[in-house]
Amino acid sequence: MDINMEVYLDNSATTRCFPEVAALMSQVMTKDYGNPSSLHQKGVEAERYMREAREILAGNLKVQEKELYFTSGGTESDNLAIIGCALANQRAGKHLITSSIEHPAVLNAMKHLEEQGFSVTYLPVGADGRVQVEELTAALRPDTILVSIMHVNNEIGSVQPIEEIGALLKKQDHPVLFHVDAVQSFGKYRIYPRRMGMDLLSVSGHKIHGPKGMGLLYVNEKVKIKPILFGGGQQKNLRSGTENVPGIAGLGAAVQECYRDFEAKRQRLYGLRSLFCEKMEELAGAQVNGLPGEESAPHVVSVSFSGVRSEVLLHALEERGIYASAGSACSSNHPSVSATLKGIGVAKELLDSTLRFSFSVFTTEEEICYTAQVLGELLPGLRRFYRH
Amino acid sequence: MFQAFLIKYGEIGIKGKNRYLFEDALVNQIKHALKHVEGQFRVTKEQGRIYVEALEEYDFQEVTEALQRVFGIVGICPVVILEDQGFEKLAEDVLSYVKEQYPGKNPTFKVHARRARKDYPMESMEINRELGARILEAFPDMKVDVHEPELLLCVEIRQKIYLYSEVLPGPGGMPVGTNGKSMLLLSGGIDSPVAGYMVAKRGVKIDAVYFHAPPYTSERAKQKVIDLAKKVSRYTGPIYLYVVNFTDIQLYIYEKCPHDELTIIMRRYMMRIAEQIARNTGSLGLITGESIGQVASQTVPSLAATNEVCTMPVFRPLIAFDKEDIVTISKKIDTFETSIQPFEDCCTIFVAKHPVTKPNVNVIRRSEQRLEEKIDQMVDTAIREAELVIVG
Repeated sequence: MDINMEVYLDNSATTRCFPEVAALMSQVMTKDYGNPSSLHQKGVEAERYMREAREILAGNLKVQEKELYFTSGGTESDNLAIIGCALANQRAGKHLITSSIEHPAVLNAMKHLEEQGFSVTYLPVGADGRVQVEELTAALRPDTILVSIMHVNNEIGSVQPIEEIGALLKKQDHPVLFHVDAVQSFGKYRIYPRRMGMDLLSVSGHKIHGPKGMGLLYVNEKVKIKPILFGGGQQKNLRSGTENVPGIAGLGAAVQECYRDFEAKRQRLYGLRSLFCEKMEELAGAQVNGLPGEESAPHVVSVSFSGVRSEVLLHALEERGIYASAGSACSSNHPSVSATLKGIGVAKELLDSTLRFSFSVFTTEEEICYTAQVLGELLPGLRRFYRH
Repeated sequence: MFQAFLIKYGEIGIKGKNRYLFEDALVNQIKHALKHVEGQFRVTKEQGRIYVEALEEYDFQEVTEALQRVFGIVGICPVVILEDQGFEKLAEDVLSYVKEQYPGKNPTFKVHARRARKDYPMESMEINRELGARILEAFPDMKVDVHEPELLLCVEIRQKIYLYSEVLPGPGGMPVGTNGKSMLLLSGGIDSPVAGYMVAKRGVKIDAVYFHAPPYTSERAKQKVIDLAKKVSRYTGPIYLYVVNFTDIQLYIYEKCPHDELTIIMRRYMMRIAEQIARNTGSLGLITGESIGQVASQTVPSLAATNEVCTMPVFRPLIAFDKEDIVTISKKIDTFETSIQPFEDCCTIFVAKHPVTKPNVNVIRRSEQRLEEKIDQMVDTAIREAELVIVG
């Protein structure tokens, strides 16, 4: 094994851009750089890139092109969906439901609404990391207007029963909107909002080998929603601001690439995941969190290593060229105990001993084996110098 | 409107025959500080004064802030430069200066003329009198006060005429480079950057040493220390930062010595290493941010035990400061926000639950004997492999 090998296992934080995506974006930035709102030829060319991307995305999700809005990323998509719907539907009620293990983009948008007089129910998760549909049923009220549940959890890869929830909500005698944060799952699952009963869906570009600063929000045409950004009235006045044409083109190209030979890619990821889990189970004092096999997402594994601090292990792996994450990279600038890990009942002494490994199409079997081997070499030494 | 700044300096004015050394150092430091400022400047030393002249457009605030970080400067006077086009024109310009600078304020005033060019047709006293009269005439509500004027209007007759009245405070102290060089033990906390700043203020050039312990401390913790050094270097000029990998030594101590003595022994080795690097690189003293009683390793017995290992003077400018006072300075020099970023440094990572607060030097020495087998070699390696980062 090459000692200068770089093994990137932090694909839930962000991914390496597909070269064809980067090439396309470069072309849009340097050659076809027009503003799609301009009346001249340059504007028309730019608009063509958007139209193509829209076509790809609408086809992929099996929705109408006019139901897609381009945003600056997963965070903005989540904010627009939650705050925009709450504001537009508050006459019908001011109650919202979400889970306690959502991404901060959802949790903090909810908190913001609480300050504005809305009330929010945060559903707990079971040891399997899943929301219980019965608990959701019990939490529903006549004034509930929106339920927001993530598809795949970013820390442990647990998969929420979104289809069941979608069906449940459609059966209510008053309309309850359903928003799904699919930032971690899009590209790993086939997602069809109509069939699955979702009214709104958030997607991010950089988690699927596309550009950073690029997000997508699907909004069913029947949904009442208000803008949270104000400006030149682009995108039917729901999302003002000159469209990020290179980003949009890049997102389209990334989606196309992700879903080419999709089933094969997915099975390959599951294969890598179970190989990795097997290797982890062989290590003394290591424990895989969450459900095995296809009950979890194919690309995320959370592992607790007793007697080692996660940050120290992370840096030790880094010295060997392996990049993983302590908890979730989105919040690792302010280390705090993970609500998700606590939620699924990880033992207190393991909370600060947990790493997340996340894979992508670029991950190889060789990299998995190398990582397991390096972990096996590092752990005994690090455990000797653990501060109790 | 101000084309130049007159630099006032206090303490260094009284240093007898060494005076020119101090003035040259000050000129150098000013030039260095202005390197990072947009615009062209000329710094000149003439007749016991230092002038900074702007040769093109500049941002007033940017320049004064840069000058206010140069140790040795006591005051900064923004100067208006006038062509000598006869006394009538001068009087006119003085009146519009007063009108612009002190609109409607009517301060008590005094004119202080100084004739550096002796062929000017009027004497200083005459200029004072004439200009005073013109001002009184133009602003009937202003009064003369020769003892404690609110506005002291200085008029210097040189090739051109220099007009100034405001003095912005400088940081005081002495120009860096006039007092040798010392090695700062920089940790990433709140105290050590402040300590470096304070010693530099006495004219001491600063180098720094940082101990990192990968993988127990992160690359970001190291970056934080580099960022801190950069902030301090805005006052001190470029800092040579030596980054020492301390992991092996730390683990070795952890394995061989009692855990409650860990911090003291670790700090003794840090001092030894810092002192050796200091010797190798021409520093004459060490600087630490220690303050009596702040933590277990900074009680008087602990300080004594740490101090024992080196023969160089150790400067501890914060020794009797309360934490709040240190925080106040760190906010003033803009290191506070960086210091409180939450990355573990190598002092906290292995700290025992109950470290000794009254270490007995003999006991500590005995514990250190357990390290005999490898420690010297490890220290040599750490020093040899220290990474040099030049900051600022």
